[in-house]
This record gives sequence, C-alpha cells and structure tokens, in this order.
Amino acid sequence: MMEAAATSGAYWLRLIIGLVIVLIFSQLNALFLVWLERKVAGHIQVRLGPMEVGPHGLLQTIVDGIKLVGKELITPARADRILFVIAPVLVFTPVLVAFLVLPFGPDLIIRDMNVGLLLIFAFSTFSVLAILVGGWASNNKYALLGAIRSVAQAVAYEIPLLLSVMSVVLMVNSFRFSELVMAQQRVWFVFLQPVAALIYFICATAETNRAPFDIPEAESELVAGFHTEYSGMRFGLFFLAEYTNMFIVCAVATSLFFGGWHGPFGFSFKIPGVVWFLAKTYVLLYVLMWFRWTFPRVRFDQLMNFSWKVLIPLSMLNLVITALVLKLI
Amino acid sequence: MELLIFYAFCVGAVVSALLMVTTKRPVRAAMSLVATMSFLAGLYALLNAHLIAVLQLIVYAGAIMVLFLFVIMLLNIEEKEGKLAKNVFFIQLAGTVVVGILMVAMVVVMNKIGAPVAGAAVDETFGTTKAVGWMLFTKYLLPFEIASVLLLAAIVGAVILAKRRIDNSKA
Repeated sequence: MMEAAATSGAYWLRLIIGLVIVLIFSQLNALFLVWLERKVAGHIQVRLGPMEVGPHGLLQTIVDGIKLVGKELITPARADRILFVIAPVLVFTPVLVAFLVLPFGPDLIIRDMNVGLLLIFAFSTFSVLAILVGGWASNNKYALLGAIRSVAQAVAYEIPLLLSVMSVVLMVNSFRFSELVMAQQRVWFVFLQPVAALIYFICATAETNRAPFDIPEAESELVAGFHTEYSGMRFGLFFLAEYTNMFIVCAVATSLFFGGWHGPFGFSFKIPGVVWFLAKTYVLLYVLMWFRWTFPRVRFDQLMNFSWKVLIPLSMLNLVITALVLKLI
Repeated sequence: MELLIFYAFCVGAVVSALLMVTTKRPVRAAMSLVATMSFLAGLYALLNAHLIAVLQLIVYAGAIMVLFLFVIMLLNIEEKEGKLAKNVFFIQLAGTVVVGILMVAMVVVMNKIGAPVAGAAVDETFGTTKAVGWMLFTKYLLPFEIASVLLLAAIVGAVILAKRRIDNSKA
C-alpha cells in the first residue's frame, strides 16, 4: 500500500513539475517569438525592428506585456458576458494540453500516450471553437465575420492536415510520439514523404491563421477580426495562444517529418536531443514568419478552392499510394 | 483520486447537460453541449479507452462548431431568442412522455444485461488504437458497416438538398 502511494505521489509530482515547466516555457517562448517576428519583419523590410529596450530590443515584448496587463478589460455592453469571458481562457487551455505529449527528447516527454498525435489534433479544434465563441459573444459584425471565416478555414484545412499526417502514421503503425520519432533514426520522413510534409506545412500555416491564410483577422477588411472587441490581457491570451500554437505545429512537424530529437542521418554530433529538437522547431518557426512577410493574403474563394480542389485530393492520393507501396514491399 | 476525478466529471457532465436544455440562448446551449461531450470524453479516458476519448473530442468539437455556424446563419438570433412556441404545454408533455419511455427502456435493458462486471482486469492493449481497430473490423464489422452506410446516406441527402437550393437560386 505504501509503495502504491509512493508511486502515485511520484506520478503526480512529475505531472505538476511538467505543468509548471510548460507554463513558464510557453510564456517565454511567446515573448521570444513576438520579438523574433518583429525582428524578422523589420529585416525583411530593410529596417531594424525594435532596438530601444534591452540589447537589440530583446526586452521589448516584456515591456509590451506589462502594458497589456495594466490595461482596462472592456466588455462591450451588448456582449454575451459569460461567453465573452470564457473564450480567451478556452483558447489557451487546449494549447497547454499539447505539451503533455510533445517529445522534446528521449526522456523528455511528460506522458508518452498511445494516442499522442491524435490528442494534439483533438484539442486544436478547441482553439477554433474558442475563436468562434469569442467572435460571436463580442456582438460585433467584424468579430463575427472573422469567427465564421476562421471556422470555414479550419474545417477545410483540417482534412488535408490529418490525411497528410496519416500517411506518416501508416508507415510507423503508431500514434505514439516516441515511436514516430524512433522510426526516423536513419532517414527523416521528409525525404520519404515530401508531399505529405509540404501539405502538412501549408495546412499548419492555415490552422494557425498565419498569413497568407490570415483572413480571420485580416486587418485591412475586418479591423482585427475575431478579437476586435478584446482588450488588455484577454487580447493578450489570444495573442499568446496564437504564438504557442505556432510553436506546437512546428514541433509536431519536427517530430513527424524532421526526425525529432535525432540528428541528420543518424549523426548526432554529441549534441543532446532536446537541442536538436528545439533548433529544428525554431528554424521551422522562422520559415513560418518568412512566409508572412513574403506572400500576400489569399482571397477567400481562392483559399477554399485550394483546399478542397487541390490539397484534399492530393493528400488522399498520397495516402493511397503510401498504403499501396507499404503493402507491396 | 480516480474516484474523485470520476465524480468531478460526472457532476460536470450532468450540470452542463442541464444547462444545455434550460438556457434560452442557442449558442450557450451549443457550448454546454461541447462541455457535456468533453466531460464524457474524460469518463472514457478514465476507463482506459483513450482512443475513444480522443475521437469523441475530435468528432463532437468539430460537429458542434458546424452546428454553431448553423445557429448563427439560420436563426435570426435577436428575434428568436427566448421566444417559445405557442402550445408550450403539449411540447412539455410530449417531451416528458418520450424521456419517460426512454428511461424505462434503459432500465429494462440494463436489468437484462445483468450486474456490471465489477473491477474486471483489463489487459495491456485495451483501448489502444490497434485493439479498437481490430475489434471494429472483425467482431463488430456489421454494425460498423451499417453505420457507415447510414452516414453515407446522410451525406448524399445533404448534398442533394443543398444542390437543389443552389439550382433554385440560379433560376
């Protein structure tokens, strides 16, 4: 009996420590990413970006964050109060769940679940739901339009996303992250499944509402889209969730297609796995930012046609071919 | 601890289900439905059926999102909100009768099945993707296929209905 209590104690301790680390990490990561985005934007547009606070403006987002915390929380008079308050919380909680199963290193997974990969996609639907709730509860036409666009886009791009991921799952025969990464010790899946990797990355850009797929918050037509009415830290939570979501899709891409904690072709150069993992994830994040400042926003009908008429058939075909090849080998 | 989590999920599911049927705002009802489904998913996870729990979340969160859109697009929210139908009494009566019959049927079926298997040992692979998939395509193949034909019929029906409307609007 004592032993059982001790193991369950260790289990809970592990979970709580994991959660604390995840909370701190997600905040720091978002702070860093916002700074990086402004820097990347600046340099792409041949200017310097933030330079005033800290070395190369590194502390700029912390100052901005403090300003956000100090701002007044405004609830529009005709808004649905309960839903309006719930939405920012709902958008951030599922994001944290994803960290439970992400494989940062061989021993750095909080819970290596049997359905790890599916769990991330299950909870990612909740952030779209939160956007919809927030947009509806604001009682504002721009917010509502942004929310509806967001759902239409998420529904359309989730299908090719899951289909492209499935072709990798077929090769490994598991949803468990550790097995998915272990299978790439020699060859990364990006070389075996280039089409799936490309489709995944396009859909991930759309899922995180990033340009060129940022029509849910298109500034030039919708003011600020679904978060028009949000101020202060409630807006901050939406923002935080967006950047953490970016990290998650890139981390999933790293572990599915770019070998996770493995070095290229089985050489690790004595660098610990977690460093490899984070390095690859941040390179992908940089590419995601690069997209934003390179491609113009697509029109809504182009966006829909591209998903339903190009990406879905293509990913379906890719899945069928993968299954056929696996059967024949 | 597990018992505590179980009760928390149960209370959550029941409360949010009650909220769903009592609220007068359609969007709040939809949100309560999401909450109910999520608590049920939690119960599945407690039963070690992780795959079912995750699928529950994927299917229902996505489906309710679409339901949500229908609420926004089809109902004129300002007018319909809080307005009940004329013969409230008959609706309530019908609802009570239907729920009553359902409850009796459930009790009868449960009695027939017999006492629940108390604390049966669950083997290692229970609830994994492989195990559930295996069961679906062997032991429960017929119900699985029937369900998929039913869904296919629903999809075809939806397409036909939508298509007719598009044709009409063009003419």
